[in-house]
Amino acid sequence: MRYAMAIDTKKCVGCSDCVIACQLENNVPVGYCREWVVESTNGTYPNLEMEFRSERCHHCANPPCVRCCPTGASHIEEGGVVLVTHEQCIGCGACIASCPYDARYPHPEGYVDKCTFCIHKVRKGEQPACVSVCPTQCLYFGDLDDPNSEVSKKIAIRKYKRLKTEAGTDPQLYFLI
Amino acid sequence: MKTTRRNFIKISGAALGTATLAGATFDWVSGSALNKVSPSALQAIRTPTYCEVCFWKCAGWVTKNDDGDIWKVEGHNDDPHCNGRLCPRGTGGVGMYYDKDRLKHPLIRVEENGKQIFRKATWPEAFRVIGDKMRTIAEKHGPECVALFTHGSGGKFLGHLLKAYGSPHITAPSFAQCRGPREVAFYATYGEGVLSPERTDIRDTKCLVLIGSHLGENMHNGQVQEMSQAIDKGATIITVDPRFSTAASKSKHWLPIKPATDMALLLAWMNVLISEGWYDKEYVEKNTYGFDQLKAHVQPFTPEWAYGITTIEPKAIRDTAREMANASPAVIVHPGRHVTWYGDDTQRLRAVAILNALLGSWGRRGGFYNPERISIPDFPHPPYPKSKKSYLDALDGKYSLATEVISNGICEMTTPSPERDCNIKGWIVNGTNLIHTLPDQEATLKAIEALEMLVVIDTMPMEITGYADVVLPECTYLERYDAIRNSPHREPVLSLRMPAVKPKYNSKPGWWIAKQLGTEMGLEKYFPYKNIEEVLDWQLKQVGSSLEEMKKTGVKKFKREYDDLYFADSQEYEFNTNTGKIELYSTEMAAAGFDPLPQYTEHEQPPAGFYRLNYGRSPVHTFSRTANNPNLTDIMPENDLWVNPRVAKQWELKNGQYVWLKNQDGIVSDFSIKVRFTERIRWDSVYMVHGFGHGAKKLTRAFGKGASDTQMISNVKVDPVMGGTGMRSNFVTILLEKPNEKEVTS
Ligand code: SF4
Ligand code: SF4
Repeated sequence: MRYAMAIDTKKCVGCSDCVIACQLENNVPVGYCREWVVESTNGTYPNLEMEFRSERCHHCANPPCVRCCPTGASHIEEGGVVLVTHEQCIGCGACIASCPYDARYPHPEGYVDKCTFCIHKVRKGEQPACVSVCPTQCLYFGDLDDPNSEVSKKIAIRKYKRLKTEAGTDPQLYFLI
Repeated sequence: MKTTRRNFIKISGAALGTATLAGATFDWVSGSALNKVSPSALQAIRTPTYCEVCFWKCAGWVTKNDDGDIWKVEGHNDDPHCNGRLCPRGTGGVGMYYDKDRLKHPLIRVEENGKQIFRKATWPEAFRVIGDKMRTIAEKHGPECVALFTHGSGGKFLGHLLKAYGSPHITAPSFAQCRGPREVAFYATYGEGVLSPERTDIRDTKCLVLIGSHLGENMHNGQVQEMSQAIDKGATIITVDPRFSTAASKSKHWLPIKPATDMALLLAWMNVLISEGWYDKEYVEKNTYGFDQLKAHVQPFTPEWAYGITTIEPKAIRDTAREMANASPAVIVHPGRHVTWYGDDTQRLRAVAILNALLGSWGRRGGFYNPERISIPDFPHPPYPKSKKSYLDALDGKYSLATEVISNGICEMTTPSPERDCNIKGWIVNGTNLIHTLPDQEATLKAIEALEMLVVIDTMPMEITGYADVVLPECTYLERYDAIRNSPHREPVLSLRMPAVKPKYNSKPGWWIAKQLGTEMGLEKYFPYKNIEEVLDWQLKQVGSSLEEMKKTGVKKFKREYDDLYFADSQEYEFNTNTGKIELYSTEMAAAGFDPLPQYTEHEQPPAGFYRLNYGRSPVHTFSRTANNPNLTDIMPENDLWVNPRVAKQWELKNGQYVWLKNQDGIVSDFSIKVRFTERIRWDSVYMVHGFGHGAKKLTRAFGKGASDTQMISNVKVDPVMGGTGMRSNFVTILLEKPNEKEVTS
């Protein structure tokens, strides 16, 4: 099993609903976030193009944050989901520094927190909060090992890019372009 | 930590600037976040509601946390307004409930030691003060002299109270400050309005044309969802906007039009469709009136003519007309929603309506569907007294085609004038912050000055509450029942709002406030029920449901009874117009003394050193209503001023610098606004999101954040057809220094 997410940048309108749903679902305190939206514009008026990307932890197959964690709090779970066990985390911040995507944040209660792919919902057969709230339905989550999952089907037919692959992280967010 | 990158490029997600890991105390936490969100008995109980963060009114479910308090609101799967997905504002709607700045107690204005202050009061005290004032006004001037401004669900009940009291003056800014011209134009053309939610069949369209309508930035939920479906199915999107909007970035054709020239483009499109013979001949022949007049009328308006006005090249005009014709009848020239721009707005929307008729899209799949709703009888009450005067009497036949009461007309009639015998003397304002809603703040304040009574019923201490004699704290939508949501849609559909929790503080639901006030005023026979459950259950039983059923299902759909979703080719249709046809040539407009066919009017352009002030919506805010919502301000705490880099260079601005604005009438913004360099805007305009720059200190998060576009809108172009307030003929210049305090108009 290999969980992954595809993000259709052609449909995303950058509304941040995913961000807010994530904050509420996961009790992320106001002022912090596990995911965010990037707007990137190219060109000069009126020859312009623009892309919205809903970004979060890339749940890398080769995650530097797990490698550098001194306590083993950062670890890989079923389906390749990268998680932090809050009780084991001493808040040293090594993982924050090592993440090329800046996907982790220091929780005010002293541990490091990040996107979990809403594994607590996935285990119940539900979709992550961001995926189920997105009004444009531009987020697809599922198992890459299953060719019939939404995410496998999208990746099979659409052009996509992954971010900072040169870091050798083998990231599992696929941006459909 | 790499905070700079985040601060700079993230448009959302809270900045991490102040969080330092080094200083954190390493408290051992019991139970991880994962454990915290495990299901519990409380979470299994969901209560239905419909969202009140905007007018779209999406149905949803409220889920509680382990403390029995509200955890989250999620969309209702069976609701066609949202299809199980709320928009960001609806998702963050919980912030409205948790906002610590909420109004907590009734307040009465009193004078103490020569100073006016608000005194905390009990509900009966507050009702007594209001009752006394309303009785006095009724005796001295007549009950017509009290008006209700409302933009919220509670308005239904307060409207009933006002009618029982004897006033017809119930108004919502959603007409004259927003969609009014559109409704009037479509009534004139098709004998029917576009309604809300809009009857646009976007999910099945092949070509969607947006004119200044920035779907995706305005999160009119169902429409944004359907636009995404249309993108998936490969529909062509054409966006006409001087700004590179989100929708423009999704478009095959973006026409970066010179501001205020849209009418020229619309006329040129008609010219091409007719002269090339690309219009839907059969549909036009069968269903429309006045084609020959239209043909002769648009003959001079060639793409070459329009080019000089709009700066859109003739080839682009022809190509996009071709795209529309190819998709016809599955094409939507979208009428938009906030359309009060330049004062000839009804005429511009008439042009949009005519264009759709030429393309045969009204009543067709992928164009405009025929919506249907069921009818729910009112809970029985005695007939309302007849009112003897209307504000229209004072307007000398102006705005004769208005279909709703004009808010600025009420405002006008409140301001004393020697020519009129009747002035409005009292306002009840519910869920609309008129200071940020009505343009020309000076006129609004003048009207308020003249009032004998101003009652504000709101959840938040908005600016308008500062002018009130009595302030009544309404509870939020998550804490109350309201009227059944009965919306026109592809299928008739009802939705129930019920309280998920008890009202916080000493706040109360609108229905209760209206009933108590009615009783205080001796109008109790209009409220012959114990509570609202009784009313809702009675109404639901009339249509074969019940409160008990709706509490379980939240949403109920009904079968269509009247007509089909789309016109059948074989059928003859009679339209609700004078001629029974779709009126390309409007006999109604002609009879009322207006152009029966839309004309191009030239609008002002900015003087040197000034920029047209364009304003719009953010996906995470609704008007000025959400500016203090903790969850939504976390994503967007203030608005910024979009400036083209060329303009920025001229002014030697730095990206992120704060500046003040001054408009053509010398009005200086109370607060500064952050400059955002972007190629997404022309060099002759600036842009900001509406609803910021709050001056009410009690709004602790919103106070002083960003600038108010409304404050800069003092040049109002009133639409002679229906009284709409055109707001896009205002020009601003940039002030680099904080201006002299004396210069600041408050
Ligand atoms: S909710 Fe969907 S459309 Fe909105 S920003 Fe997130 S991914 Fe994009
Ligand atoms: S569109 Fe958004 S704010 Fe409006 S009613 Fe729906 S969820 Fe609420």
